[in-house]
Amino acid sequence: MYCDECKKNLATVHVTKIINGKKFEGHLCAECAQKDQIKGFENVSFAIPNFLTALFNLTPELEQPVVKDEVTCDNCGLSFEQVTKLGRLGCNECYTKFADKLEPLLRRIQGSGQHLGKVPLRRGGSIRRRKELNDLRTRLQQAVAREEFEQAASIRDQIRQLEQSSQE
Amino acid sequence: MSIDELLQAKTSCWMDGSDRNSDVVISSRVRLARNLEGFPFPLALSETRSQEVAQKIKEAIDKAGTKSGDYEFVAMQDITPLERFVLVERHLISPQHVENPVGKGVAIRDDQAVSIMVNEEDHLRIQCLLPGLNLEKAWNTASNADDLLEGELDLAYDEKLGYLTCCPTNTGTGMRASAMVHLPALVMTNQVSKVLGLLPQLGLAVRGLYGEGSQALGNLFQISNQITLGQTETDIITNLSAVTKQIVDKEQETRQVLLREAKEQLEDRVCRAYGTLANARLMPGQEALSLLSDLCLGIDLGIIPRLPANVFTELIVTTSPAHLQYLSGREMSAAIRDIERAKIIRSRMEAQAVD
Repeated sequence: MYCDECKKNLATVHVTKIINGKKFEGHLCAECAQKDQIKGFENVSFAIPNFLTALFNLTPELEQPVVKDEVTCDNCGLSFEQVTKLGRLGCNECYTKFADKLEPLLRRIQGSGQHLGKVPLRRGGSIRRRKELNDLRTRLQQAVAREEFEQAASIRDQIRQLEQSSQE
Repeated sequence: MSIDELLQAKTSCWMDGSDRNSDVVISSRVRLARNLEGFPFPLALSETRSQEVAQKIKEAIDKAGTKSGDYEFVAMQDITPLERFVLVERHLISPQHVENPVGKGVAIRDDQAVSIMVNEEDHLRIQCLLPGLNLEKAWNTASNADDLLEGELDLAYDEKLGYLTCCPTNTGTGMRASAMVHLPALVMTNQVSKVLGLLPQLGLAVRGLYGEGSQALGNLFQISNQITLGQTETDIITNLSAVTKQIVDKEQETRQVLLREAKEQLEDRVCRAYGTLANARLMPGQEALSLLSDLCLGIDLGIIPRLPANVFTELIVTTSPAHLQYLSGREMSAAIRDIERAKIIRSRMEAQAVD
């Protein structure tokens, strides 16, 4: 009997496979049988969420609560366990609900836990002002450290102006 | 402009070679992930609520859109699967956006430079895709569209964490910027893995033509940022642009070395590709990609002077499976597609071969 796969060599191996409840039988040569064993991995998807799941679970045992209570987000209904499995969050409230667990994860994958980019134009008014003030204060300190007092004075005036306008 | 007109338009903005400022960088893309406050993200959203979200966004786009060019909103359910794949091949929507069409949609700007996916992984995916190395302009354009939408919608934003996204790999700026580069000389000289292998250390990722998990066909590679938190958008864009320019320089340098050291071999390769493209009667997709890549290199180096540089991107897109079937108006098996593809490429080569 010849091998079912290559149809050249003599079949020496009898293979029985059960995939999704269906039975397959075949006769293969030693070479094809070896290849056949490695087959079937093409469909295994390995994407970012798989890694994220692992990273979510990295938090050391000690930090985890002794009693395993199932924390669930009230807004979207996902539990932290589901979030971990998906490697995805369910809604913006999850970020607050699971904040303590998310923080170390974000640091691990992003290398930071502080957003420095864009602030929304319409709703970010007060946030932007605070950010601008912080930036100015840093620049003020730097100017003082460099003993550039004229520049420092002008920055100080800018800060006063900004503080006044926000109180109005 | 109706969706039919959009689909039938020969080229999208990014495929237009006239605006290309670089032989090596095919296109630049910036996409921003945004979500509506209060609504669960699409993965945790019921069908009815996802339609509610889509309706809200559609209204916002209608209001905001008029200010920045006209958008056409299409519900994925209202178009055929083939039409959806045409949008994927044009890079206007992601391959993931085609699965489960309920509640999903896309708004496309007339010139096809901006597209806004609704209910993909996030409620909003705002994308700007431009020809050549144009990351800064792509960022500004996408950010403007974002501002206009934010004028109408409450977006999920946190002062410390920035824009809140479904996947924690997007949290912060929600921005993924990428440049598509064509690197035939680096591939030919086996330098490409050495050059691109360094990118992960710089916080950048490399992918094939069709994004995540795809192979580098046609010597095309996508370089994108990995990190979205702790850096400003401008920093990310500047960093990516600088690295991309370095890669462009390396590719150009190698092309010149090849021209000097192996002129005959290079010309032979390019002219053989041209010969095959101009004469073949059966043209499988993968072979077309690699021959068109050789041809594009020949056009860039002046070996094939008669063809415009954008023939490469134009033909890659218009001879993809969904385009072939959509433009000819009938379903085709893979074997028939190979015949049709060969025909289209042949006629494009002939149209230019006037002496």
